[in-house]
Formats: sequence, C-alpha cells, structure tokens
Amino acid sequence: MMNAVNDANILSIKNVSKNFPGVCALSDVSLDIRKGEVHVLVGENGAGKSTLIKIICGFHPGDSGEVLLEGVHYAPETPRAAMDAGIRVVYQEFNLLSYLSVAENIFFDHLPRKGPLVDKKKLHDDTVKVLRRVGLDVDPWQPVELLGVAQMQLVEIAKAISSKCRVLILDEPTATLSPSEISRLFDIIRTEKQEGLTVIYISHHLNEIYDIGDRVTVLRNGEIVGTKSVKEIDIPQIVSMMVGRQMESEYPFMDEFKQTDIPILEVKRLRIAASPHEISFALKQGEILGIAGLVGSKRTETVRAIFGADARLGGEILLNGKMINILTPKDAVEHGICLLTEDRKSQGLILDMQLDCNISLASIDKVSKLGLIDYGEERRQAERFTASLAIKTPSVSQLVRNLSGGNQQKAVIAKWMFSDANVLIFDEPTRGIDVGAKYEIYLLMWDLLSRGKGILIVSSDLNELMGICHRIIVFSEGQVSGEVLRPEFEQERILRYAYRVS
Amino acid sequence: MDTKKIAYLMLNEAGIGVVLVFLCLVFSVFVPKFATMNNISNIFTQISINTVIAVGMTFVILLGGIDLSVGSVLALCTILAGLTITKETLPLGAAIPLAVLASMAAGMACGLFNGWVCERWKIHSFVVTLGMLNMARGAVLQVSNSRTIYSFPKEFNAFGTLSYYGIPLIFIIAVLLVLIGHFILKKTVFGRMIYAIGNNEEAVRLSGHNTKIYKVTAFVICGATVGLAAILYMLRLNIASPILGNGFELSAIAAVVIGGTSMSGGKGSLIGTLIGAAIIGVLNNGLLLMGMSDFARQIVTGAIIVAAVIIDTYRARLSKMLS
Repeated sequence: MMNAVNDANILSIKNVSKNFPGVCALSDVSLDIRKGEVHVLVGENGAGKSTLIKIICGFHPGDSGEVLLEGVHYAPETPRAAMDAGIRVVYQEFNLLSYLSVAENIFFDHLPRKGPLVDKKKLHDDTVKVLRRVGLDVDPWQPVELLGVAQMQLVEIAKAISSKCRVLILDEPTATLSPSEISRLFDIIRTEKQEGLTVIYISHHLNEIYDIGDRVTVLRNGEIVGTKSVKEIDIPQIVSMMVGRQMESEYPFMDEFKQTDIPILEVKRLRIAASPHEISFALKQGEILGIAGLVGSKRTETVRAIFGADARLGGEILLNGKMINILTPKDAVEHGICLLTEDRKSQGLILDMQLDCNISLASIDKVSKLGLIDYGEERRQAERFTASLAIKTPSVSQLVRNLSGGNQQKAVIAKWMFSDANVLIFDEPTRGIDVGAKYEIYLLMWDLLSRGKGILIVSSDLNELMGICHRIIVFSEGQVSGEVLRPEFEQERILRYAYRVS
Repeated sequence: MDTKKIAYLMLNEAGIGVVLVFLCLVFSVFVPKFATMNNISNIFTQISINTVIAVGMTFVILLGGIDLSVGSVLALCTILAGLTITKETLPLGAAIPLAVLASMAAGMACGLFNGWVCERWKIHSFVVTLGMLNMARGAVLQVSNSRTIYSFPKEFNAFGTLSYYGIPLIFIIAVLLVLIGHFILKKTVFGRMIYAIGNNEEAVRLSGHNTKIYKVTAFVICGATVGLAAILYMLRLNIASPILGNGFELSAIAAVVIGGTSMSGGKGSLIGTLIGAAIIGVLNNGLLLMGMSDFARQIVTGAIIVAAVIIDTYRARLSKMLS
C-alpha cells in the first residue's frame, strides 16, 4: 500500500508548453510523478514524450509552465544541471566511451582522486560495488566496446545510479534486449525501487507496463490524455487512448488477397561471410514472406548480401526466373530490388536534407533531364507521395530530421515506391514506431502487394510477423531452419525452429 | 516575421557578405588609398588564383574530404606548362593551348590519383593528399632540375595584363568558374549527389548510387582547378617555378571555411567560397595599406579563420532555431 511518503510528488510538472517552429510539441501538460513509483509514459511518436523528457533533463527549456522537484522550482539550464539535481537518463542510444573501461565510464563524471591522479584502487572497488547492484559480472577494467548490448545498458544504468540519482529515466530500455535480459532488467528496477528510486519508463511495448509499472500516462499530440494506475486499465484501453479511436485489430491481414505461385525472387545456395551454411528460399509475387529468428541468426546479414550492400561469397539470385548478378546496391536497385534498412536514420535517409530530395534519392533520373534536376517535377512527385502515404509534414521542403519516426519510415517507403521497386525487403520496418503509424505502414505493404510486388520482412516481433505474413521462414545460426505457412502459425512452433529444438 | 527572414539570411550566405561589405566600408573610411579603382583592381588580381583553387577545394570539402596537395601540384603544373610553352620546336599557336592542356592534364591526373587511392583503400584524403603534397613537390624539382622558367612568349604575357573596365581578365575567369561551379552544385544531379554524399554516404550508396565515382570526380575537379590556377599564376607573374605554391592549400581551405562550408561535408556553397576568398584578400590589402607588417597580418588572418569557424557553429544553431 502506498504510505504518506510514497504519495509525495518528487516531480510536479505544471502547465508546461513547448513550441517548435510549426509544431506545438507540448501544450499545457501537467503531470505528477510520485516518489518511489515506476511511472510509464506511452504515446505515439511525436506525442511529446521526448520533448517532455528533454525539458526535465535540461536539453531545452519549456516555453511556459513550471517544474517542481520535491516542491522546489526546478529549471535546469543544461543536462549537467539536471544530473547534479539527481535526474539521470539512459537513452536508447548509449552514451558510452567505447575505448574506455567499464569503471572509467561509470565514474567518468566523478573519478575518485588521489591528489592529481585517479585513485585506481577506490575506482575498482566502487565499480565492483555498483556492478553488483545491477547484477553485472564483468571486469571493471574491460573496455566497454567488448560488451554486448544488454551489458552496455547495465553499465549505463550503473553509471546513472552510481551518484546521487533521485529520478531515473529509461527511454525504451528493452528495444534491443532478449526476453531473459528484459526480466533481469526488471528485477534491477524493482530492487532499486525498494531502495527509494523513482523511475520514469518510456516504452512502445505495452505489455511491459503490467510487468513493471505502477502508473501509466498516455500522451497524444502534445497533450496528456490521462494518467491511470496500471490496475485500472487494460491494453486495448491504452491503445485507444493513444490513437484517439477504437482499433479493431493490430494487424491488417487481407484474407481475400492471395499470393500467387510465381516466384519473383529466388535465393539459391547463398553464402555469406557471417555463416558457414548455404541459404536458399524463394519469395512469390504478391506475397509477404517473413524472416523470423533470434538476434544474431544472420537475418540482416542475409538480406544485405541479397541487396549487394555486403559481399556475397557464393550462390545465385534469380529475379522472375532469370539469374541476375548483384555486386553492389546499384545493381540491385537497377533490377528493382530495394532494402529498407534496420537503421533508417543512418542508412535510409539523409536527415539534413529536405523530404523531396530524400524521396527522389533513388530515382533522381526520373526528375532530371541531361543531368539537370527539374525542381518543379521533383517537388510535384514528392508531394504526390507525401499525400498518398499521408506523411505528416508542413511541406516537402521540411528537413527529414524534423519528422517523427513513423513519418521518416514512410519517407523511406516513398523513396522506394517512387523508384518502382518490385521486391521490397524490409528490415525491422516498425522498430521504434508507434501503434498508429505501424498500422498505416502495414496497409502500405498491402497496397504494394496489390500492385504485384513481393515483400520480404525481417522482424524480431513475432506477433507482427504472424499478423501480416503469408509465410514465415525461420533462421537459426545462419541457415533456414524451418518454414511455416499462415494456417500453421504458432509462436511455439516458430520458436522451436529458432532455437532448433524438436 | 520579416526581421526573422532577414536574420535567417544574415546567418547564411548573406551574413558572410555583410562581413565583407563591413570590412570594405571600414577600410574605405580609414584608409584613403583603399577605395581607389587601382587598388580594387589589385585586390581582384590578388584573390583570383586563390578563388580558383578554392572552387575545387569546395567540391572536395563538401564531400567531407580535403586536398592538401594543391600547392605543390600547382608548382608541377606551372613547370609542365612552362616547359611546353618555351619549347622552341613548337609554333606559338600550338604551344599556348598545349601548355594549358598540359597544366590541366597534370592537375587532373594528380586529382585522379588522390581520389582513386582514397576510395580504393578507404584512406582519409588528409593522408593521401599529404603524400601527394610531397610527391608532387619532389617530382617538380626533379623535372625542372630545380630551375625557374621565365621568358614566356610576349603574346602569352599580354593576356595576363588584359582588363576590362579595370577588372582584370584573370578575375573574370575566376568569377566565371565560381558561377559554373555554383550551377553544377545547385542544379545538376552531380551537385545533388555531392551534397547527399557529404551528408550521408551510406544512405546514398544504399539508394543505388556509385558513390566512389562521385568522390573521385570531385578530386579530379579539384585537380583541374589547380591546373587552371597554374596558368593564371603564369599569366600574372610570368614565371613557372618548382618552389612556388607553398601554403596555397591553407589559403584555399581558409576561403572555403570562412565562406561557411562545413569541414565535415554536406553544407556550403561556392558563393560563400568566393566571398571567403574576397574577405582574406580585402583584409590583407587593407591591413597592408594601413602599414601593418607581414607578420601582424598573418596573425589577423589566422584569427579570422578561427572566428569564422566559431561563428559557423553558432550559425547552424541559430538558423535552426529560426527556420
């Protein structure tokens, strides 16, 4: 039960608003975070979660309103000031210095000193102590770059709680973790909570709310839709609060639409550097074929090799029954094969260029004559795709950096729709994208299918694959370990193939 | 709203233009000899060669690269052109075009080498062009027996002194080159790719483009501008020498950076580069007329470069806030 101390608010956000050029990111937001609770923030991308966090963390000030930290006016001017006040964040992208040791990373801001030198003995002992708190068993002197993703995250958390930490903010901490790593993370959060730590937890995975949260706040379009105790609300209610309407199903699967039997892309005895095995499979016209598998099962490496992004050691690729020679992405694009990479920010888009330039990037020849760009035509085409894909942007001149995650992904899709690709390979197409935009992206895939394209999807979200695919092939340790047709879709069966247990 | 727009422009290319105008006004008021036709014509002549090299340098820097070899390659180009033009067996009508051709070809060959090595072995251009800086210098000393060539034909030297309404021919050539380059960068597919690759090379590659060709071409363009600059140098000073061109790379880089092109690539323009070169030229000229020593002028120019980069970092932030 909550006692008097627990009821006290550690952070009170009062009527905070924030405007960016052309966008109202937060409008009149008021929110209380109670001491010692795990408070989950959910909302679609662009709902204002990050803006709110950034105000609390001193990245930018709010335009109006006030924040109270334990009843005292709190307006950090720099991230440093927020840290000194005991507000610590662990971002999705880590901020670790990869060549430095675990110990140096954790205590980077306040290395123990002996005169002008670092007190190595104390640093070592302090590190061991804080590593034990987060349940991480590594050598304090090990360079961070040798750690796995889950371990790096624990180092980030250790860093956050190693000094005065009143509020720990976790931004999508489970996006890259395996189920067992997630449950360990939750154990750590529970233990720290016992010690009096307050946690603000941001997530797109709604089921996590029930594992770890005490209360949940839903944001939409920069406003707070509501704050509820997790006991009072179920997932469908949260989803409809997030999107502002009732959702019938998470995945649109159109039963009346059948794939053909004509193979559009055949991969035969493909060899890649990352695997000693040969990989063979075929994608049919009008089909969504899913590739499931554990992290590290070489799914990304395989599709990158098919696209020519990485070297292929052997094997054949047939397009519409004809063998084609793909050595570079250029060859693949010329044959109408495209790859929507896992990391769209660093590989799919040019963030600091305009939306229209990004949309025309793979089809620049279609908007140019004799090497001269026809700006009017480029703009018209971009506007056409912006409208048909419902990309939310003030204009096609907007820098892609300023679009939300879902709209950025749509921009990548627009780029390949413009290039008229026939085989679309999506690598983790909805990672970090909110429910509403996900649904729209699935609908776009169906629209593409109806035009006779073939779609290959790599995803770590099994529910997503089972929701939208005609067929799923399962990868395990660099080879195809099983194939499941839609009528036989069953989580357990796919996982058995993935872990190779019969 | 309008003040915002003006402020926005000021922070971009126009801002650097305002600095130039301001400098000119200050010098005009305090240095009597500054605002004379004669002196302005002098400044034009003085900045022409640096402007031409800086055009090529802008292409390379927009791709996130750098070319440190332009100074010694320029020396190599002058010597090759000088040897051609003074060859007695060649009739004059053929010697002059052949000399220009030799200079351009040598510059482009060095650029091709720079670009190819960078791309083939994925080495940063800083290292490759540092190597070329030494190789070209060694080669030119070898070829010329470390002798300077003078006594070009009268007809050739006559070009160098041509001017129209007080504007020297070599400056007109430099400005034309800036305009052509600006057109290429802003209007052509090639230019679009330069900016795109400078911003995110991997995304461009994965969109189905051969990024290597664009990058190598940028170095070849840089080499070609050096070849042209070499001819302008000969026109102006009537010598070809294996030891000239020391430090030219730094002046060119300074012009590009002062002109607002980002050293990490993807942002910048040739109009900025022209203004950058003009600012260096005006400062040098004005301070000289004020009686400042060579050494002191060097200190001021250096400080201006650092200031330009500092302003640039704020400019990006401010214009983001205003846009």
